[in-house]
Amino acid sequence: MTTIENSLFDIRHMDTLASGHSRLHKIDPRAKLITTMIFICMVVSLGKYDISRMMPFVIYPLAMIIAADLPVLYLFKKILVVAPFAILVGMFNPLMDTQPLVQIGGFSISGGWISFVSILLRFGLTVSAALILICLTGFNGVCLALEKLKVPGPFVIQLLFLYRYLFVLIEEASRMIRARSLRAFDSKGLPFSVFVRLLGQLLLRTLDRAQRIHLAMCCRGFDGHIRISRPMIFGYREIRFTFSWSLFFVLARCYHLPMKIGSVIEGYFL
Amino acid sequence: MSHHIVQADNLHHTYSDGTVGINDISFKITHGESVALVGANGAGKSTLLLHLNGCLMATEGEIRIGDYPLNKINLKAVRRSVGMVFQDPDDQLFMPTVFDDIAFGPINLGLPDDQVAQRVADALETVGAPHLIHRQSYRLSGGEKRAVAIATILATSPDILVLDEPTANLDPVSRRRLIKLLKTFKHTKIIATHDLDMALDVCERTIVMHKGKITADRPTQDIFSDDDLLVRSGLERPLRMQGFQMIPLKKIKCP
Amino acid sequence: MHMADALISPAVGGTMWVATAGLIGYCSKKIKEEMDDRKIPLMGVLGAFIFAAQMINFTIPATGSSGHLGGGMILAILLGPHAAFLTMASVLTVQALFFADGGLLALGCNIFNLGFFPCFIAYPLIYKFIVKDRLTSKTLTFGAIISAIVGLQMGAFFVVLETVFSGISELPFATFVMLIQPIHLAIGLVEGMATAAVILFVWKSRPEILQSSIASQTGSEKSIRNVLVGFVVATVVVGGALSWFASAHPDGLEWAMFKTAGVEELEAPEKGVHTSLAALQEKTAFLPDYGFKKTGIHDSKEFGESWPAVDPGTSVSGLVGGILTLCLAIFIGFIMKKWKSAHV
Repeated sequence: MTTIENSLFDIRHMDTLASGHSRLHKIDPRAKLITTMIFICMVVSLGKYDISRMMPFVIYPLAMIIAADLPVLYLFKKILVVAPFAILVGMFNPLMDTQPLVQIGGFSISGGWISFVSILLRFGLTVSAALILICLTGFNGVCLALEKLKVPGPFVIQLLFLYRYLFVLIEEASRMIRARSLRAFDSKGLPFSVFVRLLGQLLLRTLDRAQRIHLAMCCRGFDGHIRISRPMIFGYREIRFTFSWSLFFVLARCYHLPMKIGSVIEGYFL
Repeated sequence: MSHHIVQADNLHHTYSDGTVGINDISFKITHGESVALVGANGAGKSTLLLHLNGCLMATEGEIRIGDYPLNKINLKAVRRSVGMVFQDPDDQLFMPTVFDDIAFGPINLGLPDDQVAQRVADALETVGAPHLIHRQSYRLSGGEKRAVAIATILATSPDILVLDEPTANLDPVSRRRLIKLLKTFKHTKIIATHDLDMALDVCERTIVMHKGKITADRPTQDIFSDDDLLVRSGLERPLRMQGFQMIPLKKIKCP
Repeated sequence: MHMADALISPAVGGTMWVATAGLIGYCSKKIKEEMDDRKIPLMGVLGAFIFAAQMINFTIPATGSSGHLGGGMILAILLGPHAAFLTMASVLTVQALFFADGGLLALGCNIFNLGFFPCFIAYPLIYKFIVKDRLTSKTLTFGAIISAIVGLQMGAFFVVLETVFSGISELPFATFVMLIQPIHLAIGLVEGMATAAVILFVWKSRPEILQSSIASQTGSEKSIRNVLVGFVVATVVVGGALSWFASAHPDGLEWAMFKTAGVEELEAPEKGVHTSLAALQEKTAFLPDYGFKKTGIHDSKEFGESWPAVDPGTSVSGLVGGILTLCLAIFIGFIMKKWKSAHV
C-alpha cells in the first residue's frame, strides 16, 4: 500500500475511534478542546531541564486512553513516526550543553542530556494530547467546537469542506498513481514530468468538481452563507471535566509534585 | 396545475469554444408525467437537463417552468420548484453529515429548526434510510449516497424532479430499490438515463436525443419497439425486449 | 520544515498564535466581503488537492532524491492571497491534528511560516511583480521559482528565530541558519519548478482558469498592503519594546541564566512576572549580538556561585519523586483498566 492509501486508512481509523460510545466521547467537544490546550500550554511552559516535574502530566493521556478504550499501541506508533524531527533538533543539546547539572552516585549528567530527554518527553505528551483529542472528538466535532468558540465562520467552513473532500481527492490521486504504476515498467519512482502531468490532470479535475459542487449548492438555494444547526450543551459534566483537569495541570505546573512526594519518602526512610 | 408544466421552445446552447450542445429543442411536459431522456453519449442529455433549473442559460430560445419563463430574476423560485439530482453524488453531498446535507435546502429556505428537522426525517424516511441520519457522507456506500442525494432534494418539496443517470454504479438490489422508490413519486419526473430497462419501468414517455437534437418524442413502448429509430440514435432495445430465449437445461446436448 | 510543540516556549507559541489568529480573522473578513460564493467550494476542494498532492513523491531530476509539493504558491496563484492563506491554514490544521505534524501550540508558528510568506510576501511582491499581466511560459516559470525560493527562505528563517527564542533547543543560531537555509534553498527551487510546471500545464490546457483567477483578484492590492504595513509596524513595536527592556534592565543577563537553569528558587511569589520578564530578557539579549547563546554559557562559568549548580539533595528528591509519580500514574491506569473490565 502506498503512503497515500495508508494515510487514508489512518484518518478513517481515527475517525472511527471518534464515534465510540464511552462517557468521554459524549462530553461536549469544547470541553475537550479547552482541556487539551491548557494541557499543552502547561507542559510547554515547563523549564528546559524539567523531567520529573513532567511526570504528573502523564496521568492525563493515560487516563483518557484507558477511560475511552483507545488503542495504545496504535497511538504509540503514530508518535514514533513523527519522533525523528524532535530527536534531530534535540540532538544538539547534549552536544552543545556539556555543563554537568546532576550528580547521581558517581555519574554526572550534563544539562544537555537532561534537556534532550525533556524535549522527548515534552514531545510525547503534546503529541499524544492532540491525537487523543481527535480520537475522542472527531474532526467535525473539533470544528464545531471552534465555531462555538467564535473562530471566524469562513475558516471553520473551510476546515469542514477540506475534510469532506479529503477522502474523495486522496482516492482519486491514488487511483491515478496506481493506474500509472501498473503501466510503468521501470518503477524507479515517479519521474518529474509524469508527476507534473498527473498533478495537472488532478488539478483540472478538482477545479471541475469545485464548479459542480457550486452548482449543486446553488440548486439548493445557496446564498453565500453556510449555516450548520447543531445543538451543543456545555453542562455541569463539562464544567467538572474542564475545571478539575485544568486545576490539576496548573497545580502540577506550579508545584513540583514529584519533589514533594520524593522529599516525603526521603524524610520517612532517611 | 400550470405551475408544474415544463416547456421548452427552440432551445439552443452553444459553448464558449463553439461546440453546439443542444439545437432547436422543443417539448412540453405536463404535471405528473414521467419522461425518460435517452441518447448516445454526447447526445446532449446532460446539457439539456442543466437548462431546466438555470445551471446553464440558453443562448437562444426559452424555457418555461410553470408560469415563469426562466431568467436570472426568478432563478431562486425556479430552483425551489425543480429539484435536480446530479450524476456524481459526491458533488451533491458536501456537508459534514447526512443531516447537514439534507437540512441545507430547508435552512436556505429560511425554515425554523424544528421544521428543518422534520423535513430531514421525512425525506430520509421516504428514501428508506432513516438510520443514516448522523453518518458522515464520506462513509456511505454508492447506493446510500444516491439515496441521500435524492433525500437532499426531496427536503425542499420540489414539484419537478430531474435526475441525471440515477441508476449508474448501483448494485442490482440498490437499483431495484431506487426504481421502486421512483415509481412512488407523484412529482413530474425527467430522467436522463442509459438504463433503458429502468426507463421502461418508470417512464411512460421517452424523448430520444441525437447530436443535440430531439429525434423522437413518443410513448416509451413505442420508442423501444422502433428498431430503426434506435439504431439511428446509437441505441438498442432494453435487455428485456431483446428476445432472449431461455433454453431449458434438459434440452442442452452434452458431448 | 515544521515547528514542534517540543521545541517551543509558550511565549513564542502564544505570540505566533496571536499573529496567526489575527490573520485568519482578517482573511475571513475579506472573504465574506468579497461575496464570491464560488470560492467556498473551490477553497475546500483545492485544500484537499494540496493535501493529496503533498503525499505524492516524485524523483528530482539529476539527483535521484525525492521531493514533494508544498502548495502555498499554487494556492496563492489560483485563489489570491486571502483565500490561499485560509486554505493553507486549514491543511496544516488537519495535518497537526491527524499526523501530529508539529503540534497544536506550534500550529500558530507553522501557519504563519508556511502561509504568510508565500501568500502575502512572495506572491504579491515577487510573483505578481515578475508576471504582471504578461502571461508567458518564461514569466510564469521565473515568477514561480523566485517566489517559492523567497517564501521558503523566509519561512525557514522564522523557524530558526522561533526555535532560538524559545530556548528549549541548544542549537545555536548561527549553526541552525547555516543548516536550514541552504536546505530550503534547494527545497524552494524544487517547489518553484513543480509549481511552475503544474501552473503551466493548467494554463496550456485551460487558459481561462488563470485569466479568471487574475480577474477575481484585482482590488486586493490595498488589503495586501494593509497586511504588510501591519507586519512592519508589529516588528518595529516589538523590537522597540524589547530594546527598551534591555536598556532599562541591565541585569537581564542574570535573569536569562536563572531561567535556562530552571532552579527551584524560581518559585518566588512573583514568579509569574519573573519568568515572563526573564523570557523577554532572553529575547532582547539575542537581538544585538546573534552569538549570545554561546556567550551565555561561558559567562555562567565566570559567575561561579551564581551559576545555579543544582543542589544534589534537591535533585535526588526530584528524581525519586519523579520515578514514584510515574509508577503511581501507571498503577492508577492499571487499576482503572481492571475496574473497567470488571464492570463491563
